[in-house]
Amino acid sequence: MAEMTYRQALHDTLRAEMLRDEAVFLMGEEIGVFEGSYKITAGLLAEFGPRRVRDAPISEEGFVGAAVGAAMLGLRPVVEIMTLNFSLLAIDQIVNHAAKIHAMFGGQASVPLVVRTPGGGGQQLAATHSQNIEVYYAHMPGLKVVAPATPADAKGLLAAAVRDDDPVMVVENLALYNTRGEVPDGDYVAELGRAKVVKEGTDITVVSYSRGALVALEVAGRLEAEGISAEVVDLRSLRPLDRPTICASVRKTTRAVVLEDDWLSYGVGAEVAATIQEGAFGYLDAPVRRVAAAEVPLPYSKPLESAALPSAAALLKVAHETLDATGFPR
Amino acid sequence: MANSSRASARVEAQGRGDKSQGGLGAGDGRRAAPPLALADVPAEVLVGYYRQMKLVRAFELRASEMYTKAKIGGYCHLNLGEEATVVGLMAALRPTDYLFTTYREHGYALARGAPPGRVMAELFGKATGSSRGWGGSMHLFDASLRLMGGYGIVGGQIPPATGAALAIAYRSGPGPDSEAVMCLMGDGTTNIGAFHESLNLAALWRLPIVYVIVNNGLGMGTPVDQASAEPELYKRGCAYRMPGARVDGCDVLAVRQAAEAALSAARNDRQPSILEAVSYRLRGHSVVDPARYRPKEEAERLRSLDPVPAFRARLVQAGVMDEARAAQVDAEADEAVADAVRFAEDSPFPDPSQLFDHAYATAVPNAPSYLPGDPLPA
Ligand SMILES: Cc1ncc(C[n+]2csc(CCOP(=O)(O)OP(=O)(O)O)c2C)c(N)n1
Ligand SMILES: [Mg+2]
Repeated sequence: MAEMTYRQALHDTLRAEMLRDEAVFLMGEEIGVFEGSYKITAGLLAEFGPRRVRDAPISEEGFVGAAVGAAMLGLRPVVEIMTLNFSLLAIDQIVNHAAKIHAMFGGQASVPLVVRTPGGGGQQLAATHSQNIEVYYAHMPGLKVVAPATPADAKGLLAAAVRDDDPVMVVENLALYNTRGEVPDGDYVAELGRAKVVKEGTDITVVSYSRGALVALEVAGRLEAEGISAEVVDLRSLRPLDRPTICASVRKTTRAVVLEDDWLSYGVGAEVAATIQEGAFGYLDAPVRRVAAAEVPLPYSKPLESAALPSAAALLKVAHETLDATGFPR
Repeated sequence: MANSSRASARVEAQGRGDKSQGGLGAGDGRRAAPPLALADVPAEVLVGYYRQMKLVRAFELRASEMYTKAKIGGYCHLNLGEEATVVGLMAALRPTDYLFTTYREHGYALARGAPPGRVMAELFGKATGSSRGWGGSMHLFDASLRLMGGYGIVGGQIPPATGAALAIAYRSGPGPDSEAVMCLMGDGTTNIGAFHESLNLAALWRLPIVYVIVNNGLGMGTPVDQASAEPELYKRGCAYRMPGARVDGCDVLAVRQAAEAALSAARNDRQPSILEAVSYRLRGHSVVDPARYRPKEEAERLRSLDPVPAFRARLVQAGVMDEARAAQVDAEADEAVADAVRFAEDSPFPDPSQLFDHAYATAVPNAPSYLPGDPLPA
């Protein structure tokens, strides 16, 4: 184990995967000479040269699609899209091509492509640069979508994504790049498709992912101080969704709240709540509640932006309400 | 319509930069070779081209019939009228080259060597089809032929084709033995953003690819000059300093020769280029389109250009094959298509139990594999 930032974990994993496999190459805007908008690829051009670290012009559809074709021929492109917002320019190649090619051609081709891209609001980047639109991709059969919350998962899930033969979206988070945590040494590969109980508890389940998982842990700590035992489930994988782990937790705690940075309607929380009501209905002591972003284009001005984003305070309030609704003593 | 400005010379070309000296890649000092004459090509090869053109013709006519009989579902776009373009392009490709094409691709699959039975079976949605019944008419794929797919999203194939060329360049250098990519598209497709992004990438990165524009005069019902501000489509790469050439798509030998020149530049010099084949669509956009928007006289004029009987007559006239041989080739094509229909009819449909077989290439825990109405895993 070594302590490092989420950024460092991503960087080191990219480097290790490139050293491990000649077929792995990086492509994206400003990833080489500029060393990445968020410096994830710092030093890699100098080490590997322009063949393995390819700066692409501002052509998201073009270079993501080129990565799809290179992957069809057996290379393992890892594409960086500057932020998740700009993936919309490439959505035809991601959704209509990368996600379809394996099934639509009867299993004769695969697309071992990784798209890395940070989402996340709260940086005062206003409406077009602050979106959490991971559900656009999580909705899509043929894709795998992960959203690591910790440096350890940043390493393990990115390594798994690179070695997987399907297109994987690795949704990072601007708010997490500087967070620190312990990271397993050596060749550490996590399993795609699995959620993780990151804190055990008995009274209430908080389900979240990415930045939200850290907020959930913080709130669980505060509840602990009040004598309330909260369990935290970090989804880690949005597609596939690990329904059994969610349901098992709620069968134990009988209460659930979802914390999500995306918008509420049709969001991750809607899917989780539906999963719980189907898989653990008889165990529920209270309705499943969701804490999500206010449904407006995210404003720039700090007080407005803060009001729109889900917070630890909002989660704590909703957790209390959920406990109170069932007469839980506190 | 751009077809009215059909190239009188077999190849018009525009080099890189300003000076157009004629000949593909003129900026590199290459000169256009004299046009291929019948006498330059062995008789058996010529008859082979006619055989393929006739096979495509017979296949497409049968596909149209099978569609009307509801044996074929979805959309069904035919290569009728484009046979010389189809066969000429495929003749220029090597087995080691990669082909990315459109939803109008039955003929390309056949001329590339796909068994007609498997192509027809795909149209029928059968398990023995080129894409195992998953793709249908618009999405034929055959890994063994490096037929990397028909694509139903207009222009969707262009970025992946460009990326395939990137993979070739990633793995090995230029030279006469280099692999190359041919990326097909229609005239209307040159207006999609992905076309321009991809041309820029290919030129910037010097990728071994030829973008072939099959200009059949129409994108559905829209004539070229009402969709493209530069209707001389082979010039549309000029913003990317990409050479382009235009060839008479009704002349199979001219198409082959122009495609070979473009592929050679891709292989040897990593010079991507555009090749515009001026072709035409004998019928509607798809089987169900009666093409009422096309003036009667225009339709008649185009029918008189039909490349299949024209090439047949040319070969008979030149003594390359006699009438009896030609009739035999015609009969064999019909027979091959009848066999294909029989094969498709007799083949099984895929079983619903196989619905999740191609969900992922790498198995993953919790992959959703429930049918409508199934309980969710809990
Ligand atoms: C992105 C997209 N837009 C629209 C369509 C519907 N569409 C299918 S074919 C076509 C016309 C294409 O014309 P052209 O590129 O000239 O090819 P052709 O059909 O003539 O071979 C259109 C608009 C589509 N499939 N994809
Ligand atoms: Mg057209």
